[in-house]
Order: sequence, then structure tokens, then C-alpha cells
Amino acid sequence: MELSKAIYARSKRFFSEIGDMAYFAMRFFREVVSAPFEWKELIRQCYRVGNRSIILVGVTGFILGLVFTLQSRPTLLEFGAVSWMPSMVSLSIVREIGPVIFALICAGRIGSGIGAELGSMKVTEQIDAMEVSGTNPFKYLVVTRILATTLMLPLLILMGDAIALFGSALIENLKGEVSYLLYFNKVFDALQYSDIIPATIKSFFFGFAIGLVGCYKGYNCAKGTVGVGEASNAAVVYTSMLLFVIDFIAVFVTDIFVEL
Amino acid sequence: MKETNENKQPVLEIKSLFKSFGDNHVLNGFNLKLYKGENLVVMGKSGSGKSVMIKCLVGLMAADSGTIKIQDFDITSLGQKELDVLRTEIGFLFQGSALYDSMTVRENLNFPLRRHKNKVDGNKNTEELVLEALDNVGLASAIDLMPAELSGGMKRRVALARALILKPKIILYDEPTTGLDPITAKEIIQLMRDVQKKYNTSSLIITHDVDCARVISNRMILLVDGIDYAHGTFEELSKSEDPKIKAFFKN
Ligand SMILES: Nc1ncnc2c1ncn2[C@@H]1O[C@H](COP(=O)(O)OP(=O)(O)OP(=O)(O)O)[C@@H](O)[C@H]1O
Ligand SMILES: [Mg+2]
Repeated sequence: MELSKAIYARSKRFFSEIGDMAYFAMRFFREVVSAPFEWKELIRQCYRVGNRSIILVGVTGFILGLVFTLQSRPTLLEFGAVSWMPSMVSLSIVREIGPVIFALICAGRIGSGIGAELGSMKVTEQIDAMEVSGTNPFKYLVVTRILATTLMLPLLILMGDAIALFGSALIENLKGEVSYLLYFNKVFDALQYSDIIPATIKSFFFGFAIGLVGCYKGYNCAKGTVGVGEASNAAVVYTSMLLFVIDFIAVFVTDIFVEL
Repeated sequence: MKETNENKQPVLEIKSLFKSFGDNHVLNGFNLKLYKGENLVVMGKSGSGKSVMIKCLVGLMAADSGTIKIQDFDITSLGQKELDVLRTEIGFLFQGSALYDSMTVRENLNFPLRRHKNKVDGNKNTEELVLEALDNVGLASAIDLMPAELSGGMKRRVALARALILKPKIILYDEPTTGLDPITAKEIIQLMRDVQKKYNTSSLIITHDVDCARVISNRMILLVDGIDYAHGTFEELSKSEDPKIKAFFKN
């Protein structure tokens, strides 16, 4: 009895939170299309998103390429299928591993940053101060950040993919004496638009999720420094979960289209 | 209640304001009228709902019931755009200064000007306006510093400069002297009086600092148990025999 009550209370809180977030997202769509637009702030936020995560994504991508190729070599050798390496690596990275890993990294880096930043602005009444000075803080702070992550994530992911493939080519070049030219020729033979486009669309949603959850958590931050920490932490946790949900849906939908 | 005010039109009026947070009934029918050119002090204990009242006043919090009129506009009936325009007529000094900590002092002062510059003075450029505002609070040298590099008193002055940069007709001060040493507090009070004289503004000052109230108030309201418990001048109230009123003035 106690248990079922606790479960009921928890799930009620969970769903009301989802409802609040959906409302927050709706408010974003309403305000993103109405003037005035904060262009300068949008560009600044795009720059910040890129600046904060470009090195992280680059390094992770490079290591991902190296490790993935090194790990796969023995298996492929066994089947005498090493020549398939470029196509296998590129397909799995571009379609699935790249977007998910880079988005998770950005969730940790950017999502938590947004959560903490907006959270502390909320707690120290900076958001209220904006509101009374006649600037809509939702537009200035939230809309620009969500747009920035949505636009930047696909770029970061494409860059990460490219660096990962370079890392893979490096291993193949050293171990299997495959020239870079040959490697990338094979990569571009294997990759179809039907691989890149769904992955890119997915990346937009990943970026949107990172910005949305970070902003939602920060903007609704509870009072006090504890609240800021929680906002930042919850932003990462919720975003990571949401990323997997989006990924699942994306794979599902792509699958239906491929069947057709 | 001053007879001289009877036939004047208030620039700001709160009528029977109610606001609760769950079972915490903070305001239970609070009334207030602010007349042109006066300094009205609202005193109340910590946690009595002074900040809540002032936040309802500018629409940062929705009141449960009651009417709030600013220059004859009922703020609950205004749309976002109209409210934004009306807010440029009001300067708000936050209890904790609330400077934007990711921006320099200059950018902090620029912020209200971004959208509403033409309200002030079309001929002057932003830089001149910012410098003028900083000069008024004696901090022109701090223009390129970050808020984190300022002392508490300096922050309060910058916040004051920011609140005044759009030349508002009404200024709301939420505990302007709290957390400052007595000398700095005096300086801030002096600044408030200078501003009042220079721009002939009407001010609503929230405080629990008796010294501040004595120096600056033309009229006072005591906020007790969520209502406007007593009205009067500082002298009238400080002589009162009511124990609830006396509690404010005994030192
Ligand atoms: N956002 C909020 N949610 C819930 N309760 C709140 C909120 N803001 C204020 N309160 C409650 O309202 C009451 C009044 O708070 P308020 O901040 O107005 O006090 P105050 O008179 O300004 O005190 P101080 O002099 O310390 O600033 C407090 O009991 C507080 O717990
Ligand atoms: Mg307060």
C-alpha cells in the first residue's frame, strides 16, 4: 500500500514535470517566431557553444576513431574482411555512435553549463532584473540558447565524425598500409545521403534537447546555491536520458522509411 | 494620512492585495498609495512580505487578488508589450543588487537602453548616458569592471545607476541600505535624495532600517500581518503607544 502510494506520487511528479517541460517548449516555439529578435545574443551563444565543446568533441572523436578501428581489426581479420573496415567504421560512426557520443559529451559540457548559468541568474534575481528593465528574459536568455545548441550540435557532430574517421584512417594507414586516399574513397563509396541526412536531422533534435532541458532546469531553479547545483546536475541527467529516447525514436522512424 | 494628498491623484496605487504561498498567507489585503514627488517608506519585519509586495507591484509575481494601478494602468490587464513600456517608467533597485555578473558595468547599464533608448534622450548616445548615470553615483572609474570586482556598496551604486538610467518617474527601492556599513548606507541614502531632487521622482522605499526611514521618509506605512497596519509620518508613528508600532522604533 505504502509502496504503491510512493510510486503513484513519484510518477505523478515525473509526468507533471514532463508536462511543464512541454509547456516550456511550446513557449519557445511561440517566442522564437515573434519579434524582436536577439540576433547579436544568438551569435554570441552559438560562439560560446562551439568554443566550449569543440576541443572536447575533437579529442573524443579522434580517440573514438582510433579505438573503434583497433578493436575491430582482429575480428575483421579473422573473417578476412579487413578491406571492409572503412565502410563499417564510417557507417557506424556517422549513423549512430558519433551523434550519440558527441551529444552526450555536449550534454555534460553545455547542458550543465546552461543549467548552472541560468540557475544562478534566477537565484540572484538577474532574470527578474531583466524583466523589469523591459527585456523579455525568455527571449534573451532561453530562446537564444536553445537555438544556439540546435544549430551548433549538427556542426559539432559532423566535425566529430570527420575527426573520428581521420583517426580510423590513421590506424589503417599504420597497421594495414591503406593509403588515406584509398581509405576515404571507400568511406565515400559506403556513405549514402540516406545515412547522413537522418543522422543530421537527429543531431538537430539532440541539440534542441540539450538546450531545452538545460534552460528549463536553470530557469525553474529552486532558491539557494543548492538549487543551482541541482539544476546543473539534473540538466545533464535528464538530457542524457532524453537523448537516448530521441535516438530510439529516430532509429525507429528511419527504419520505417528504409522499409518503404 | 496627509490631508494635502487627499485630492491628488496617486501615481501608484495598491488596493487590497492578497498573496499566499500554499498555507503561508503573506499579504492579506494590503493597501498603498504613492503620490507624485514623495518618498514613501514601507517598513516591516523580515519575512513580512515586503519583497513579495514590491514584486507583485511590477508584475514579477502574480497577485492572488487585488488591484494594482501604475499611472492609471491596471497592470494585471496589460499585455507583455504594454507592460514592458510601462516598466520603463519604473526603476527597481533589487535587494541583492542583481547586477548581470557576466557583463561589465558598462554593459549592465547599457542593457535597459538596448530596447528603450529613445525613451530617454534621442540626441545623446548610449555612451554619454551610461557615463552620466555612473557620474551621478560617483563611480565613473568603474565602467569597465566586472560586478565580481566591486564591493557591496559599489554594487549597490551601480545597481542604482542602472535603475535610474531610463530616467524613471517612479523608483522602487527594496532595502537599499541592508547589508552595508552605516557610512556607506548614509552615502546611498544621500544619493537617493540627490536623485529625488534632480529628477523629481516619486519613490517607494522598503526597509527595516529606522535611520534610513527617518532621514528619507515623507510618509510611512507599517506592514504587519500582511496588511498596511499604520500610516503616518515618522514623528507620528515613533510617538505611537501601540505595542506593534513601538516594536519598530525601539532600538
Ligand atoms: N517564491 C516564493 N515561494 C514561496 N514562498 C515565498 C516566495 N517568496 C517569498 N515567499 C515567502 O513569503 C514571505 C515573505 O517573503 P519576503 O521575501 O517578501 O520577505 P521580506 O519582507 O522581503 O523580508 P526581508 O526583509 O528579509 O527581505 C516569506 O515567508 C517567504 O517564505
Ligand atoms: Mg525582502
